[in-house]
Amino acid sequence: MKPILQVQSVSKKFNIHHEGGAYLSLRDRVSEFAKLKFSKKNDEDFWALKDVTFEVMPGESVGIIGKNGAGKSTLLKILSKITPPTEGKIISRGRIASLLEVGTGFHPELTGRENVYLNGSILGMRKREIDVRFDEIIDFAGTEKFLDTPLKHYSSGMQLRLAFAVAAFLEPEILVIDEVLAVGDAEFQKKCLGKMEDVSKSGRTILFVSHNMAAIKSLCESSIYLDSGILVEKNLTEKVISSYLLTSLERNVSSWEIKNRPNSNAWIESAKIIEPLATFKYGDKMILEVRFRSLRPIYPYLGIVITSIFGVKLINSNNRYQNDHSDFSKTTNGIITCDFNSLPLMKGTYFISLFFGDYLGDEHIIENALAFDVNEKDIWGKGKFPPTNSSELWWPTNYKISQ
Amino acid sequence: MDMTDDNDYYFEIKPKLAFSLDLKELIEYKELFYFFTWRDVKVKYKQTALGFLWAILQPLIMMVIFTLFIGKAMNAPSDEMDYSVFAFSGLILWTIFSSGITNAGNSMVTNAQIIKKIYFPRLVIPISAILVSVFDFLISFVVFIILILLYEQPIDVLRAFFLWPAALIVTVIATFGPGCLLAALNVKYRDFRYVIPFLVQALLFLTPVIYPISIVSNVWLKYVLALNPMYAAITIFRIPMMNSLPDISLVTISISSGIIFFISGLIYFRKTEFYFADLA
Repeated sequence: MKPILQVQSVSKKFNIHHEGGAYLSLRDRVSEFAKLKFSKKNDEDFWALKDVTFEVMPGESVGIIGKNGAGKSTLLKILSKITPPTEGKIISRGRIASLLEVGTGFHPELTGRENVYLNGSILGMRKREIDVRFDEIIDFAGTEKFLDTPLKHYSSGMQLRLAFAVAAFLEPEILVIDEVLAVGDAEFQKKCLGKMEDVSKSGRTILFVSHNMAAIKSLCESSIYLDSGILVEKNLTEKVISSYLLTSLERNVSSWEIKNRPNSNAWIESAKIIEPLATFKYGDKMILEVRFRSLRPIYPYLGIVITSIFGVKLINSNNRYQNDHSDFSKTTNGIITCDFNSLPLMKGTYFISLFFGDYLGDEHIIENALAFDVNEKDIWGKGKFPPTNSSELWWPTNYKISQ
Repeated sequence: MDMTDDNDYYFEIKPKLAFSLDLKELIEYKELFYFFTWRDVKVKYKQTALGFLWAILQPLIMMVIFTLFIGKAMNAPSDEMDYSVFAFSGLILWTIFSSGITNAGNSMVTNAQIIKKIYFPRLVIPISAILVSVFDFLISFVVFIILILLYEQPIDVLRAFFLWPAALIVTVIATFGPGCLLAALNVKYRDFRYVIPFLVQALLFLTPVIYPISIVSNVWLKYVLALNPMYAAITIFRIPMMNSLPDISLVTISISSGIIFFISGLIYFRKTEFYFADLA
């Protein structure tokens, strides 16, 4: 079987003009011309993508992972033919439809019905196709009552549902989707994800950019990891996510120190895992130490969330609910020591996010401040290990069997 | 690398260097022309009390002003027609051109959000902008017919049957060239935002809309004025109402000029459109 998509040494260069805005003015051109070649050009080349090569097989769903500015959106724009590559080429053996934004071309003055036709047509659907699908689209969006109301009177949630509903009925061989799930409420996101899973199961190819690792994990069996325009890795999603999360933490994972003070009244100066010092095993004791400062004396409250590499919250802890003001006194700086006792974590990589503040609310949030690896352990001394991918938590349970 | 591929949907995305017209793709997207034009017509007249009347009012009011001040007060000649019919016939074609190049010229910038998010042949946008002006023309054309009956203007019906559609086609061609050129230039150099209204205003006086070219006595000046592609369109449109035929060489110059603008506008647009999304 031939790959449905072959990306071959694709590079994209942008010219950054240091003066003025994104577009040129004639004056710049005239003055440039006057200076001719005597002065050095004020332009700088910026490679948004450099020599990116990968292949996608029919029916494969590929996640695209990377930090902001890694070139993810540029890659999608090239795949969507919105902008051409500077070098290299892409071979496609199917129609590509792209969804870089929900509701492209929606016009506030037009009615819901009119916008369905306009948006569908911009997305590449034929009028005949929209006619056939119209009732399904409206049904999916759940906006029957407002069909002939101008879009400007819709709530933003309704606009979003209508927009996604149109896009959901696209039927290309290859579907390219940007971070469209970042918007909307949880219920809507779930619905979108479900629809995308259906699309993927129907044998179509999906390329999907998201910062939501759980969404990528559930939708894509393989992923590519872009960093500064370079393809770092193409592998199984699980592996790519863990290498992304580990390398994207540009700091010592067992300790964290402040670089720039946040614009808040209270903040964390440093945080570190003080126990265990070496390798972490199932059931080991963990102790965190967090140093804080504050402009005014406060009652310090610290929330700790331990997440899996897919961003699933596993363990939550917060002295806001455990302590009262009478337990400690107001202070402007100090050290909070948190003893987790024994953590029933299975083999894998885990992240710690910190939420620091006073009784009024969080002042300083550090997502994925710390990370640690848990190694396998012969918990019961029987030489038997539970499968590592069964779950993140393994609860120490006393089994009593009676007849 | 295999060049032979039996897949129907096989295509390549490569760096764009050469000019290509790709008419096949434009035809594939024919419905989008309709939808963009339809959107602009709808949006233009939504929430207006007078609605489509605006398409008629603008040339009508201009006609009244020109009739009073230029026709009556200055007693300008009008090629054997009633001055009102003369001015209105010029103005309705001129409105296609002026609003066409204004809207087409700004169209890429006003649709920047769409251009950055989805692909379709970019030509759809300026062409649809011009089609909106053609739609407005069709409305004011009805008023033009009423005006002819009102002023009992004699017409050669057979000539009108052929020459009026021909004049419309010449107008669209004349509008397309500068419209596409300005649309592409405006993406790159926003200076053209300010050039367009000035250009439209200046050209009104360089086009025989409110005066006949016969008032110009200098032969060379006539040739210069004929370089304006709208000269041919308006002249052809007026032939059925005139007793004498216009100077064919002037009309030929004007049509040629329109075709040269058309081709250069098309080529420039097609050569630069790939980078619109990066610049818009």
